[in-house]
Amino acid sequence: MSLHEKTLAELAAGLRAREYRSEELTRHFLDRIAAHDGTLNSFITVTPERALEQARAADARIAAGETGPLLGVPIAHKDIFCTNGVRTSCGSKMLDKFVAPYDATVVEKLDAAGVVTLGKTNMDEFAMGSSNETSFYGPVRNPWDTERVPGGSSGGSAAAVAARLAPAATGTDTGGSIRQPAALCGISGIKPTYGRVSRYGMIAFASSLDQGGVFAQTAEDCGLLLGGMAGFDRRDSTSVDREVPDYLAGINEDIKGLKIGLPKEYFAEGLDAGVERTLRDALKVYESMGAELVEISLPNSGLSVPVYYVVAPAECSSNLSRMDGVRFGHRAADPRDLTDLYERSRGEGFGAEVKRRIMIGTYALSAGYYDAYYLKAQQLRRLIADDFKRAFEQVDVIMAPTTPGTAFKLGEKSDDPVSMYLSDIDTIAVNLAGVPGMTIPAGFADGLPVGLQLIGNYFDEARLLNVAHRYQQVTDWHKLAPAGF
Amino acid sequence: MSLDANDVNKIAHLARLRIEEADVPGYAAQLSEILDLVEQMNAVDTRDVPPMAHPLDAVQRLRPDVVSETDQRDHFQTIAPQTEAGLYLVPKVIE
Repeated sequence: MSLHEKTLAELAAGLRAREYRSEELTRHFLDRIAAHDGTLNSFITVTPERALEQARAADARIAAGETGPLLGVPIAHKDIFCTNGVRTSCGSKMLDKFVAPYDATVVEKLDAAGVVTLGKTNMDEFAMGSSNETSFYGPVRNPWDTERVPGGSSGGSAAAVAARLAPAATGTDTGGSIRQPAALCGISGIKPTYGRVSRYGMIAFASSLDQGGVFAQTAEDCGLLLGGMAGFDRRDSTSVDREVPDYLAGINEDIKGLKIGLPKEYFAEGLDAGVERTLRDALKVYESMGAELVEISLPNSGLSVPVYYVVAPAECSSNLSRMDGVRFGHRAADPRDLTDLYERSRGEGFGAEVKRRIMIGTYALSAGYYDAYYLKAQQLRRLIADDFKRAFEQVDVIMAPTTPGTAFKLGEKSDDPVSMYLSDIDTIAVNLAGVPGMTIPAGFADGLPVGLQLIGNYFDEARLLNVAHRYQQVTDWHKLAPAGF
Repeated sequence: MSLDANDVNKIAHLARLRIEEADVPGYAAQLSEILDLVEQMNAVDTRDVPPMAHPLDAVQRLRPDVVSETDQRDHFQTIAPQTEAGLYLVPKVIE
């Protein structure tokens, strides 16, 4: 078995058993990136020297007898996480030359755990997109079919893990940006409860929704890496001060008697027939393991896309005001006056989708419109969250499609923002409510991967990982990798 | 909801965003479509529903008012487009 076919957990165990060194492992993945990323474009920046330096440091720690769970494993970071001394572009021309002057908490924690960073992955500009086509650095291609999108916004992380160019990667999920690309690329991904992973140094898009998380081959790997990232951080004002459980401790627990809620609104018109068939088969597997399927209702689900397209743009218009051409980032040449400096720096630095969202947000927050848009959206957000609270009085986990269809073609939706927005219809409500969600590969429809979404109650990540892991013990969809890489 | 070219120019100015003249009609059409999608919110009566600003209804944490950060001005200014003597330079704002 080649090194890149192994899971993160297997690689970490192999390092501890000294079957290979981190330097060897890191070189293996760097070679794979060099060989295949010309096709995929999943990385914006590869950092080979830095990676090898980190690998040698990890090898020294292992040789000295250290046995950390992540010591010496290589991963990739979404290029939204600030990395001290390394360009952090956020997929934008605005930050093309931005070398972060500090590390994000996520990066700092994983560095301390001895994780090796291979590089920074491609993404939709400022995480605004569902296809990775809004990146200043060009689209990422889906390794299952390079004419198709990998999903977004964390499309680079998803494609890199799917093609086994990295054993795992970080991502962020504001409206589905981990779960949707993980599903379209046939891998596992988790977005934890809002506040579980620090947002410090994670370039802000919509602060009341943004949450960092993980891409990996398996649920076990998701738990392993999440365990190294999660936890309270005083530098993030919305970080939750609550102990992080050992996500792997109960991962093997029996799920007999588990109550799975199936929201009827998610298994309705608009769901691709092939995707639905695949998901029904996966649910049968759960039944055969002793779980009970219960139909439930999340009646306000239909409002999640409209609500999101007020809340997210409003918050992004405020957050992105810091890109002003003065302190960092792109600055227009020869500004006439201060207004000209702001307007041209931002006009030149931002792409069309970012401009659209800033303008929608600015409009929604402008004098006289606040109550009709932002306040109304926050009220509906409460109703959407209450739907989940009621559901979790009845069931242990919720299962639903991650996406209404499989990966679409490059260019298919890029000229039609609203149709692009609707491709996130199954993931957005989870962010609005703030509950954790994950996706696991559940099979294929027309040769393309299908993701099963698992939604849990607040801070119930360990249960999601357990439920996902049990499925992966009896199926092998997560082991299938695209041909040609 | 329909926005015209004037609206787009006004919003773009509020957002300090230069939009090329030729792109204004396209933005007007797309922003109008997005606002049509958003209008679906009006189908639900939300009187007496308390707005939700934070998923866990958390409030802002407080800390003692003591210095917690060190001065890193020089370090942070190395990535600034234009500085001089520790100051960020912008075009003249006062005649």
